[in-house]
Amino acid sequence: MSSTGDPRTQTAAPKEGFRLSMLLYDQRYRSITIQIVFLFALMLGIAWLVDNTINNLRALGKDFSFAFLNTPAGYDINQRPIEYNSQMTHGRAALVGLLNTAILAVMACALATVLGVVAGVLRLSKNWIVARLMSVYVELFRNIPTLVWIIIFGAIMTESMPAPSAFRGDTPSANMLFNDSVAITNRGVYIPSIQFANDLGTLPLGVVAPSLNWILLLAALIAGVFANKAILKHATAVQNATGIRPKTWWKSLAVLVGPIIVLFVAFGAFLEYPELGGFNFADGTHLRNSLIAMWLGLGIYTGAFVAEIVRSGILAISKGQSEAAFALGLQPGKTMRLVILPQALRVIVPPLISQYLNITKNTSLGLAVGYMDLRSTLGGITINQTGRELEGMLLMMLVYLVVSLGISGAMNIYNNRIMLKER
Amino acid sequence: MSDTHANTVSYVRDSMLPEQEPPLKERGAMKWLRENLFSGWLNTALTLLSIFVIWFIIIEVGPWLMNTVWNAGSLRECREILDGTSGACFAVIKDRWHQLMFGFYPQDMYWRPVLAFVLMLVAVAPILFAELPRKMLYFSGLFPFIGYHLLWGGSIWLPIAALMGFVAGYIAFRLLDRMSSLISTLGAVAAALVWWFVLAAPFNAVLSSALPVGLPFVRSDAFGGFLVSLVIGVSGISLSLPLGILLALGRQSEMIFVKTVCVVFIEFIRGVPLITLLFTASLLLNYFLPPGTSFDLILRVIIMVTLFATAYMAEVIRGGLAALPKGQYEAADALGLDYWKAQRLIIMPQALKISIPGIVNTFIGLFKDTTLVVFIGLLDPIGLSNAIRADTNWNGIYWELFIFIGALFFIFCFSMSRYSQYLERKLKTDHR
Repeated sequence: MSSTGDPRTQTAAPKEGFRLSMLLYDQRYRSITIQIVFLFALMLGIAWLVDNTINNLRALGKDFSFAFLNTPAGYDINQRPIEYNSQMTHGRAALVGLLNTAILAVMACALATVLGVVAGVLRLSKNWIVARLMSVYVELFRNIPTLVWIIIFGAIMTESMPAPSAFRGDTPSANMLFNDSVAITNRGVYIPSIQFANDLGTLPLGVVAPSLNWILLLAALIAGVFANKAILKHATAVQNATGIRPKTWWKSLAVLVGPIIVLFVAFGAFLEYPELGGFNFADGTHLRNSLIAMWLGLGIYTGAFVAEIVRSGILAISKGQSEAAFALGLQPGKTMRLVILPQALRVIVPPLISQYLNITKNTSLGLAVGYMDLRSTLGGITINQTGRELEGMLLMMLVYLVVSLGISGAMNIYNNRIMLKER
Repeated sequence: MSDTHANTVSYVRDSMLPEQEPPLKERGAMKWLRENLFSGWLNTALTLLSIFVIWFIIIEVGPWLMNTVWNAGSLRECREILDGTSGACFAVIKDRWHQLMFGFYPQDMYWRPVLAFVLMLVAVAPILFAELPRKMLYFSGLFPFIGYHLLWGGSIWLPIAALMGFVAGYIAFRLLDRMSSLISTLGAVAAALVWWFVLAAPFNAVLSSALPVGLPFVRSDAFGGFLVSLVIGVSGISLSLPLGILLALGRQSEMIFVKTVCVVFIEFIRGVPLITLLFTASLLLNYFLPPGTSFDLILRVIIMVTLFATAYMAEVIRGGLAALPKGQYEAADALGLDYWKAQRLIIMPQALKISIPGIVNTFIGLFKDTTLVVFIGLLDPIGLSNAIRADTNWNGIYWELFIFIGALFFIFCFSMSRYSQYLERKLKTDHR
């Protein structure tokens, strides 16, 4: 009501000075007392922990140093996205583990998103049998621990799949899928790999040396996306000026796909198929059982949660919104794209982010099936070999923390952009 | 009106036709099928695909499940009974039932965990269902101590000494209550701490030597199977809710130090995987505690799991607090309620109601996360399934064990989520 300020401060300004008892009884000072007591207790606790740690380290004759990261690791890692051998350092091994964590996390996030969106939409479908089937999927996977699923998928891969020798002979008991290009065996899945006849070599960046071919392809893709954005912007400008939207799909297709096809042809890209040789498949890309089990376990498990998020997001949009869109004469596709989805995304994105974070953190369960992620390299073998539990665990927690905060930070920026702007 | 028509139209029907049955396509099962399963080419394709999936699962798994062997001592015996046909061998569950339930708990004392479980159900009942007499809540308050003594045993004076700490705190609170709520709270905490750290040990020692009463002591490493999952899960669940409320209030607090510490704690815990915290509990805790102290691994795990769930709980409850209209806080202030009274009577009942789904999801997540203790060497059901497979009798048995473990977790988690839906319906006060 009054714009001059809080009436209490005008009338009841205390005349008397500060008394010690006010620290306990006066609302204004009491919070300071509580904070000081709290801070004091906290400092005391931290000091106690640090003191204990120093004493314990001294008693064990250990120091606190990260020098072990520069000593030779002496163990092998079976999945190497970058060059690595057992002569390289513990730090390098940790980096390989981190990359493996990242690969798994990205793969599982993609699978979970696809499965979750499909299952979430289908669960709302009027089709009785499909909706029930999706409910069963969601409830089954949400209520059983992810670790159990990972182990089950691991067991399916190692126990139920044919051995490579089953593919041998004139009448093999197992056959490769998709025109002899994919082999699912109990030693892993073999898929064709993309090779380049004209290899441009690698880009030496010190720690990692990525292939130049792939860098160029990635650059072409990014450039294509930006060019496409410009085309769409231009189309919108034309539409605003004239009322007619020019057809852009063939331009978009050309800038998005064209450069990549040109580069593939220029590099002489070809598919290298897995071949049965010796006791095992050679060539192609070998996806290990551990990776497959983790990927399926995390992806399908988290997909059930994503399905619930998508479903509740769509349900959260009131029916009046789609009715209003129909009243305006929008077609169902445009209603979905322009009215429902932008609003549903606001509800869906924040919990989806936390599911992505959960996947990233759950990659640390790789230990169960022997996946060499950050926890198995830095937090596992390195700690066991060097006896540096304290440093190793602290470093590992820090890395996970940075990754988690990084993902949630990036996603929060995205979330703020799509958020409804109110007042 | 009919006169005007009579002049213009050659024939007008003036009697109603009898009602007819709707056409076959528009009634009964046919209509339902057409509308729900075959309403378009996409729906038809989805229906056929679903039927194929269901049929495939039944064909693949059905005979295997139907042809179950329940009585066998080893996988080899099982296969001899099956004689080449495909069939499940759930005999392993029957053979290792006790192990899967209790781990290596002494055989003659199985009644203790069973009794503890039954008493737990009794203790939980009044919390879950408001229709039960409120007096039962006293038993719920006592149950942690009874349950501890039943499971671990040892001198009966230890849980009693722990309980007396709470009693001392309560007495101090009552005595100081007239002076100031802050003093009484601090006094209660101080009295409890003084009791636990100074007086409880001699009290326990004296009474234990004078009156050695109690069940035989069972070491923590004898615990295993679902006993471990339940002990960790139930303790974590019951501790994480109150701690999570406190943490959420701390994060909402206007006191900058308290708020900062709560934010750092929550973000740290939520940023690292549970498994690193468990490894901290098993590997690093010896660094952080005075030399020579070592305490029970299960207790350490309970602490870590609780801290982990507390951070998530705090965020869930913060969401509930944020969803509350500001007018509720202002109304509580206007009534002259102090902070804690406002929280207890106005804010929390509403905020907690809003966050029921999130709270129960956190509980379910915590219960499922108890499986991770297998990584630090506790023999939870998954750890035992590995141990059972390591035995030559049951080497190579996978699916039966997984199905059993999965089914037990499913029952617990599914009933929790159903209960939360029941609670939401019951507490619903808006008229939508």
